[in-house]
Amino acid sequence: MARTKIFVPRETAAVSVGADDVALAIARTAKQTGTDIELIRNGSWGASWLEPLLEVEVDGARIAYGNVTADDVAGLFNAGLISGGEHERRLGPVSEIPWLINQDRWTFWRCGLVDPLSVDDFERHQGFKALSKAFADGRDAVLDAVNDSGLRGRGGAGFPTGIKWRTVANTSAGQKYIACNADEGDSGTFSDRLLMEGDPMGLIESMAIAGFAVGASIGYIYLRSEYPLTHSILSRAIASARDAGWLGSNIKDSGFDFDIELHLGAGSYVCGEETAMLESLEGKKGIVRYKPPLPAHEGLFGKPTVVNNVVTLASVANIINLGGERYAGMGVNRSKGTLAFQLAGNIKRGGLVEKAFGVTLRELIEDWGGGTASGRPVKAVQVGGPLGAYIPAEQLDTPMDYEAFVNIGAMIGHGGIVIFDDTADMAQLARFAMEFCAIESCGKCTPCRIGSTRGVEVIDKMISGREREKNYDLLLELCDTMEGASLCAMGGMTPYPVRSVLKYFAEDFASSKEANA
Amino acid sequence: MARIDKETTSDIVAQYGGKAEMLVQILQSIVMRYGWIPEDTIRQLAEELNLSRADVHGVVEYYHDFRTHEPGKHIVKICQAEACQAMGSRELTNHAEKILAMSLHDTENDITLEPVYCLGNCACSPAVMVNGKTYGRVDEKRFNDLLDGMRGND
Repeated sequence: MARTKIFVPRETAAVSVGADDVALAIARTAKQTGTDIELIRNGSWGASWLEPLLEVEVDGARIAYGNVTADDVAGLFNAGLISGGEHERRLGPVSEIPWLINQDRWTFWRCGLVDPLSVDDFERHQGFKALSKAFADGRDAVLDAVNDSGLRGRGGAGFPTGIKWRTVANTSAGQKYIACNADEGDSGTFSDRLLMEGDPMGLIESMAIAGFAVGASIGYIYLRSEYPLTHSILSRAIASARDAGWLGSNIKDSGFDFDIELHLGAGSYVCGEETAMLESLEGKKGIVRYKPPLPAHEGLFGKPTVVNNVVTLASVANIINLGGERYAGMGVNRSKGTLAFQLAGNIKRGGLVEKAFGVTLRELIEDWGGGTASGRPVKAVQVGGPLGAYIPAEQLDTPMDYEAFVNIGAMIGHGGIVIFDDTADMAQLARFAMEFCAIESCGKCTPCRIGSTRGVEVIDKMISGREREKNYDLLLELCDTMEGASLCAMGGMTPYPVRSVLKYFAEDFASSKEANA
Repeated sequence: MARIDKETTSDIVAQYGGKAEMLVQILQSIVMRYGWIPEDTIRQLAEELNLSRADVHGVVEYYHDFRTHEPGKHIVKICQAEACQAMGSRELTNHAEKILAMSLHDTENDITLEPVYCLGNCACSPAVMVNGKTYGRVDEKRFNDLLDGMRGND
């Protein structure tokens, strides 16, 4: 009898709730019972609420079991796990789970499916097909496809990727760089991590395509240090790709040289800002640069540099494989394609939902998320990380569309959606926004460095009931100054969550718990 | 934790080609192994990388990861960011401070307790990192169990 394949994710969320223990228990139990299995540590499908999610391959179908603990494993074997036996944890074939199959997986389709460290498995699932196609079609065809796709920067700023690539391609510098921003610091976001852990080769391939298109021979990945498991998976994947000849000089006789260096951050949020990241990559303090010059003209070490987020880059391989028009055919208005929405915080079914733009917040939170984990009503939703506005429950029908969000004073950012129930103390969250800015400010510009500290003080006065109306106006004025005069989004957008609390949840300043304490 | 010696510092600098542009990577690699950067290491790095001591100091001071005091044997980080707050990380932090009888940023009884702003485990919040490993869905009981497990490994 052939060996039975069992999949247990090696992915931060799954491991954080016991996947390693489950894998260990499976290996032990298989040995004790003399069962011949092959244990594969795949990435996660993104259904974090079902983790640890184990799968067993039976007659070509992968049968899923959700929320498995190490204590369940003996019982699962007794129930005939190897043949997909009945058990209270059994969810049926993973290819029939509605939460997963109703998504529009363009960028994350290989996550969960493949062994992230196997070049062979990657190639079996269309891996490096797009890079080979790029070599055959030429760089102009790649640049055209990315442009036609309408892809915009998924890190938060939403800048058209095609324009950025063309700008760098048109420079005549001898050395150019690709700098992949994997400093995913926004609370409520984990899509970069999920991709790098589940499909690291997909990122590697897309970075090589970017290098080929713009004429860069070196790519850097700037990975935050809070992701140690990602670091281990990604560095092994880079080494495997290099061993297989997909990185290095003269890749597959194309005449194109490209290699990737993996750098670690050191716990600074502002290093997710592109110019601060470049400074950090140069070994310096992560202090924001003045723009212009744009990184596309003078970036890393003063050379033209494509700075793109992980998800932006990883979306490119399929754009090359399937065509830019196909990607642009999804989504709404100027928001083309898909976004990996991340349901986080107080949510029953949290995880990653890749959907075409146009889906509403309500659909994501209710249909996918199943409402709050606490079962209480939704009070506020923060979209786009710590610099994103708190959106009140009345606005949940807003479609996910960059411009529609701008119209309600919010932003989609990196697609993180953090849900709060009606027990949330919004005054404290407004205070936290200012406090976080004070902690993380790089200190270069005054509105951010000083304004954030003054902001905390003003909010403290409001919470404690001192001249609340006067301070309300003062806080709004401070927000205007920070937004108008800060050098980057750190100080420039911290006012967004603060203003939204003033606008929609002002009564919380009177009822804040600290004030009543 | 041990203190890095001169020879190891030179080895790490050599691993990174002795390049000043690798300073953040060199410091990170020291912190990952030893937990902190002593003053004399800063001096040595400045010398070996041909940087001013102020340059190296500036970088060490800038990044949260680069501790300049020796941490405890165990490092416990509790996420303070919004997604974890939505699931009670403030209460969890209060609980931790109470049972450990210490505040965030303190080192007592072999334990260093620190805040962290997002571990990227926001769908399984609140999240905690113990000695470099991330744990999710951490309530007070699970937190106590993690501490017991951590001490049990001593």
